[in-house]
Amino acid sequence: MADLNINLGGLALKNPVMTASGTFGYGFEFEDFVDLSRIGGIIVKGTTIRHREGNPYPRMAETPSGMLNAVGLQNKGVDYFINKIYPDLEKVNTNVIVNVSGSTIDDYVETAEKLAYLSHIPAIELNISCPNVKQGGMAFGTCAGSAEEVVKAVRKAYPKHMMVKLSPNVTDIAEIARAVEFAGADSVSLINTLLGMAVDAKTRKPVLSTVTGGLSGPCVKPVALRMVWQTAKAVNIPVVGLGGIMNATDAIEFFLAGASAIQIGTANFIDPTITMKVIDGINEYLDENGFGSIKDIIGALEIAD
Amino acid sequence: MKKYMHDLVITANEKLNNQYFLLKLTLNSTLPDMLPGQFAEVLIDDSPTTFLRRPISINYVDKQKNELWLLVQKVGDGTIKMAEYPIGKTLNLVYPLGNSFSNLLPNKKNVLLIGGGVGIAPMLMLGADLKEKGFEPVFLLGARSEKDLLELTDFTQYGQVFTTTEDGSHGEKGYVTQHSILTKQKFDKIYTCGPTPMMKAVASYATKNGIECEASLENMMACGIGACLCCVEDTKDGHKCVCTEGPVFNIKDLKWQI
Ligand SMILES: Cc1cc2nc3c(=O)[nH]c(=O)nc-3n(C[C@H](O)[C@H](O)[C@H](O)COP(=O)(O)OP(=O)(O)OC[C@H]3O[C@@H](n4cnc5c(N)ncnc54)[C@H](O)[C@@H]3O)c2cc1C
Ligand SMILES: Cc1cc2nc3c(=O)[nH]c(=O)nc-3n(C[C@H](O)[C@H](O)[C@H](O)COP(=O)(O)O)c2cc1C
Ligand code: FES
Repeated sequence: MADLNINLGGLALKNPVMTASGTFGYGFEFEDFVDLSRIGGIIVKGTTIRHREGNPYPRMAETPSGMLNAVGLQNKGVDYFINKIYPDLEKVNTNVIVNVSGSTIDDYVETAEKLAYLSHIPAIELNISCPNVKQGGMAFGTCAGSAEEVVKAVRKAYPKHMMVKLSPNVTDIAEIARAVEFAGADSVSLINTLLGMAVDAKTRKPVLSTVTGGLSGPCVKPVALRMVWQTAKAVNIPVVGLGGIMNATDAIEFFLAGASAIQIGTANFIDPTITMKVIDGINEYLDENGFGSIKDIIGALEIAD
Repeated sequence: MKKYMHDLVITANEKLNNQYFLLKLTLNSTLPDMLPGQFAEVLIDDSPTTFLRRPISINYVDKQKNELWLLVQKVGDGTIKMAEYPIGKTLNLVYPLGNSFSNLLPNKKNVLLIGGGVGIAPMLMLGADLKEKGFEPVFLLGARSEKDLLELTDFTQYGQVFTTTEDGSHGEKGYVTQHSILTKQKFDKIYTCGPTPMMKAVASYATKNGIECEASLENMMACGIGACLCCVEDTKDGHKCVCTEGPVFNIKDLKWQI
């Protein structure tokens, strides 16, 4: 049994496996399939200052080895979360992290301030990379200046661990990561979905009501790995890797590329027990290859010079 | 209701016609309880084009044989693959999912089950359940032509069966909503599943005649367990998840233009 504990910039994880926002509900949806307390961290749905109905149906298109979504941050708002959902989450014995999104900087700040009071929420994940909303979202995360501005503002309002989720829809991920680190982020997570599109040739119409949507699943893994590797080299804060992780081997690849922890997203839809399998699989890999700790393989990619 | 992920074994794969097949599956332990209207998310073998699971209604549960039936129409890669699955192959299911058709109140004795196309699938399980509870369900099944009317002998075990076909090869010619039974007999409750235009026509008939009506929707799904919010239907109460708050809805809650 290898040591799977990770100190993620002050946030203690019992293992480096977390669930990606928007793909694991509030965790309870998976209770029949997994022991929630075994997961390193549960990142719950994108939460905004006010209730959002999200985008109209259809919001999903299956694509080769992946899917496009255009959910558009449907959620009942932060107050509802605090009053109705948080009391149940308090009973979940692991890190529960809230993914925070907004249309304006004030939205982000106000939401983060409210969440700071919740003792059982040790961290937030700042989503500056949602491609499915008209205002804000990804716009903040695709330019170093605005990314820095929003992270700085939230930093002042939120004293606990602040993970910032980066968008892959940029030319230079390292530049954005450095800006976010400079602004006070404790860690960065990447990647959010890649902006994509699906067309129905039969009807000559877009498949999604929003025309474009966010691509996820194994088809994005090579892009995600590349960006995690570039980011890990560029910053000193821990990097949380995600994008297309379907099994333990995929997860190991992200650790080797420099991730200190990983998140599992779309794979939860295919196999609702996948988090348990990935935790067990990482442990087996470490044992089989003679590593005593997960830390031994973080960034251990061997590149010939 | 507790949900499970199980590997079930195919005991039969019956080709009903060029388009439809019936899969019978069993489990090495007793099958979990399932309700009429619920569905399973079926994993299709690793293939890039069938990445997500496929939602399929529970057609029938044979408790004596510990068998679960899925009635499937071939429409694309996933269902075409399933049609070729041999006996003995295992199929991974996440099930039972969704709500169910609501329980019939004793004062709503005259109940009509309207199914169209592959939408007849959940009607068999519902009919069997109603019969077991002492009701006398009446079935009205619609299809393009006689060869597309499936499981008729199974349906007759649980109640009277009326049919319509578009070409008049079986029962009355036309659509289900044109069938004469609707004018001859008075119903207090209608349950329906089928193509959306058919369900809307049924909903419109039910509304005009003051009959309570529930419809089972087939929105596109990714997770099937309420986690992704991809399958939503716009209802009078906002976006609702078809996979957890449905697939069965009372038509008065829907925003259908009827
Ligand atoms: C709750 C629920 C219960 C269902 N029950 C049954 C059932 O008992 N028997 C059955 O044969 N089918 C059922 N369906 C529909 C079935 O899920 C789809 O036909 C199937 O997913 C298509 O997969 P495919 O790979 O063969 O086709 P794809 O290649 O994925 O698609 C082929 C065509 O089918 C259409 N399609 C795909 N998914 C759906 C869907 N969810 N609803 C409607 N059209 C779709 C696509 O628009 C496309 O044009 C049900 C769907 C839902 C949501
Ligand atoms: C249906 C769906 C909803 C999502 N919602 C959110 C969200 O609310 N906030 C967020 O930061 N990311 C959201 N994401 C992105 C995922 O968290 C993740 O970054 C992305 O899917 C890539 O990982 P994966 O390939 O493992 O799924 C969503 C993804 C999907 C598929
Ligand atoms: S399909 Fe994921 S919420 Fe319904």
